[in-house]
Amino acid sequence: MSLNNEALQQQLINDLIVESAEGLDRFDAEMLLLENGAGKKDSFNIVFRSIHTIKGTAGCIGLSKIESVAHVGENLLSLLREGKVQISPAMISALLEYSDALKEMMRSLQTTGSQGETDFSALLTKLQRFAAGETPVEAPKPPLVADAKAIVAEVSAEVPQAPAKWGMFADEPEPVAVVTAPAKVGAEKAVWGLFEDETPAAEVAPEAPKPAPVAVEIPTVVENSPAPIKATAPVSETAIRVDVAQLDKLMNLVGELVLARNQILQFTAESAEPTLQNASQRLNSITTELQESVMKTRMQPIENIWAKFPRIVRDVSRDLGKQVKLIMEGNETELDRTIIEAIKDPLTHILRNSIDHGFEKPEARLKAGKAAEGLLVLRAYHEGGQVNIEIMDDGAGINVERVKSKAVEKGIITAEHAARISDREVFNLIFQPGFSTAEKVTNVSGRGVGMDVVKTNIEKIGGSVDVMSESGQGTTLKIKIPLTLAIIPALIVTTGGERFAIPQVSLLELLRLDREVARTKIEMLYGAPVYRLRGQLLPLVYLDRELKLGANAAQKKFDDVQIVVVQADGRQFGMIVDEINDTEEIVVKPLGKQLKGISSFAGATIMGDGRVALILDVLGVAQYSKVISEVRDKPALDTAKVVERSGEKQTLLVFNTGANSRLAIPLTTVARLEEFSRESVEQSGGQAVVQYRGQILPLIPVANYLSPADAPVTSTGPMQVVVYSESGRSVGLVVGKINDIVNETITVRRESKRNGIAGSVVIQNRVTDLLDVPGIIRAADPSFYENHKETIQAKP
Amino acid sequence: MSQTKQFCTFFLNGLFFGVEVLNVQEVLRSQPMTRVPLSSPTVRGLINLRGQIVTALDLRLRLNLPERDAETQPMNVVVRTADGAVSLLVDEIGDVVEIADDIFERPPESLQGVARELVRGVYKMKEHLLLILDTDKTVCVPAV
Repeated sequence: MSLNNEALQQQLINDLIVESAEGLDRFDAEMLLLENGAGKKDSFNIVFRSIHTIKGTAGCIGLSKIESVAHVGENLLSLLREGKVQISPAMISALLEYSDALKEMMRSLQTTGSQGETDFSALLTKLQRFAAGETPVEAPKPPLVADAKAIVAEVSAEVPQAPAKWGMFADEPEPVAVVTAPAKVGAEKAVWGLFEDETPAAEVAPEAPKPAPVAVEIPTVVENSPAPIKATAPVSETAIRVDVAQLDKLMNLVGELVLARNQILQFTAESAEPTLQNASQRLNSITTELQESVMKTRMQPIENIWAKFPRIVRDVSRDLGKQVKLIMEGNETELDRTIIEAIKDPLTHILRNSIDHGFEKPEARLKAGKAAEGLLVLRAYHEGGQVNIEIMDDGAGINVERVKSKAVEKGIITAEHAARISDREVFNLIFQPGFSTAEKVTNVSGRGVGMDVVKTNIEKIGGSVDVMSESGQGTTLKIKIPLTLAIIPALIVTTGGERFAIPQVSLLELLRLDREVARTKIEMLYGAPVYRLRGQLLPLVYLDRELKLGANAAQKKFDDVQIVVVQADGRQFGMIVDEINDTEEIVVKPLGKQLKGISSFAGATIMGDGRVALILDVLGVAQYSKVISEVRDKPALDTAKVVERSGEKQTLLVFNTGANSRLAIPLTTVARLEEFSRESVEQSGGQAVVQYRGQILPLIPVANYLSPADAPVTSTGPMQVVVYSESGRSVGLVVGKINDIVNETITVRRESKRNGIAGSVVIQNRVTDLLDVPGIIRAADPSFYENHKETIQAKP
Repeated sequence: MSQTKQFCTFFLNGLFFGVEVLNVQEVLRSQPMTRVPLSSPTVRGLINLRGQIVTALDLRLRLNLPERDAETQPMNVVVRTADGAVSLLVDEIGDVVEIADDIFERPPESLQGVARELVRGVYKMKEHLLLILDTDKTVCVPAV
């Protein structure tokens, strides 16, 4: 045992640091609940237990300063728990300060290995006064503890650790326990020797295997236990700590297995041997399940980082003299741990920023007819394989004029630009480097680390951030991030005889131009190919030429032109490729150092046939081929775009169904367009469904829900389906034929009372009915919006 | 008795080369390869080594030797380096030899160019001269 003493000690310290971080977060969260009057019956138990564990563990490994600080707070908490002392706002502040003190010591322990030099005696006196000042007569605890300490000191003067150890029992408020405690000093001492001497284990053993105290009530044994480590979090018996590196390795291996499985499937597809077929089917399903399970081990609820936010919001708003109520929705939304780490700081910054800039002072809010207390809503949810995080405040909104004048002043845009740009673009100016509208530098924001860093960090992990604001109503920031970085969905394309993967996040749309059309529609601007996409110039890149792959010119002449429209750094361009293969989940692998300098590739992956394919870095390709300049400080302020945006144009999907009616829906509500063969339709609960991306997609024939004038679709051939998603649920709207996607200023609008039609507009000089998608879905599947409604109602 | 070392040997354009056996992960036949556009010509491509993606370098080009004719299928000598495995493409694989240190000599002054940089020394064996490559330097190929 003695051999490993040091390693063991270090291990215990590490465990303490991890445990206490969790414990103190829980402590803060419960304190804030108590402060808001939302404390549960259990709250005091939870906070007491957190501190008790820290104190006990610290005592066991001889960290006497932490132990003694923890001890003082524990006394107070113990009294609170028994209702002998009543909680007060001042006490909560002191207790939060106390939690900070413990955190500070833990940090110091982690970084320097010592418990730190800070003197917390003022804080401790304060806590003692709370405990003493309001202690009722029947619990004359503090003096008793002092006495007890004295007794122990006398009894075991030769055991220097004893007084420190004593703290374990001091929390026991009943005088009885205090009396029995000294009698136990012998046992204590033995436990203390935990690392040097195993003999007392027998004495400890009877108490060790007690059941986990599941958050109802702490059995009294726990308090008496000489080994409080055992009484840690209730999860300790069903969960174990695993090194993250181990999980990463597991993830890699599963990645390999997935690829091997793909190869086997390809091979067995050609074989007629039924046993082999069966075995490979099983391999297939097991591998998929294994992949999901392992992915899950790396997933963490976003709560892990959110747990700190109530505290931050409280402190920051207090500092600034504001009243802010934080509401968090979707705490359980899960993300890969690497991503959780990456978004922690950006989110914290946004939160601070929105309290500092977003909310008005209570007086100003009252004057504006709002509640004095501002509402800050954090919401996370899954959508389309991504996680969305929204940060909404009901503050003053972004002051367009002030942002404009600031941007002009800082030289980010010129005065002429400022006069022309749309509000939306003004909002995005806050992400420009060097931009800060803070009138004065506070300790909250305005210290040079701006929203540009937030944006950069989010984009670094393949996410995007967008801001919307309405003057006087508030501001909403919307962040979209991928679920995981290790396995990503990607589009596989072929060009110049090689396959490349394009990450789905940078993908906007796919275009196929007929050879004849392409000849006239791909125009040259001083040698640079462009295409007019819905009236806007889309710069094009011939991928094979840019990558200097030998173009297969002879074959190309007869082929249609495939354009992959992608977005990089907020700007669009099209990549012309030979062939668009499929979308696939790919495992991202890094490139060797010999290839690190090539910015056009983000990594490589292994395809189903075992060969390697490169993953394109869309931004890198764009910069290499000069379709977007490398200078980042020129936001999308091109005149063309400005005009387009300020015209309030809308992009609509135009289609028909049944009879001759011309229908449209806003493209923003369309998740995807799909084609399903009629054979793939199955029935489930009286509803037509298809299997789609591992889910069951209900199908709604749009024609059935329109006025009878529209005859139902009876045609044969593949069905055209518009996939509509909301709050993670999808339905497929079966339509007749997709006609066009138009980007137009809608001129005439007429409300409609007809079933399934929201109104009529004129598009391309023709009257077009706007489909009432929610209405149709509600008629077809009344339960579709139920979950969604709940979340709306949960929002006060 | 002097110390001995083991080397994995191979041939390149008629020259006899060796790398320390401890640095060699494995030797493979010709593998399907994925070209890497925009890279240095020395980078022949990427191979899938049981799920690990390994960069293959043409050792002939790295050592400024003439390109091998199209029919010869190169062999892969996969070496371990500080930055993971790298495959070196060679003409033909020789034996693993154990050689005494006392026949080692620093490369002669007359050895010039890139070879001077990459060849650590020469073992004067009975039939041939064995040129020992510094693998860490060999796998350093600047991205183009």
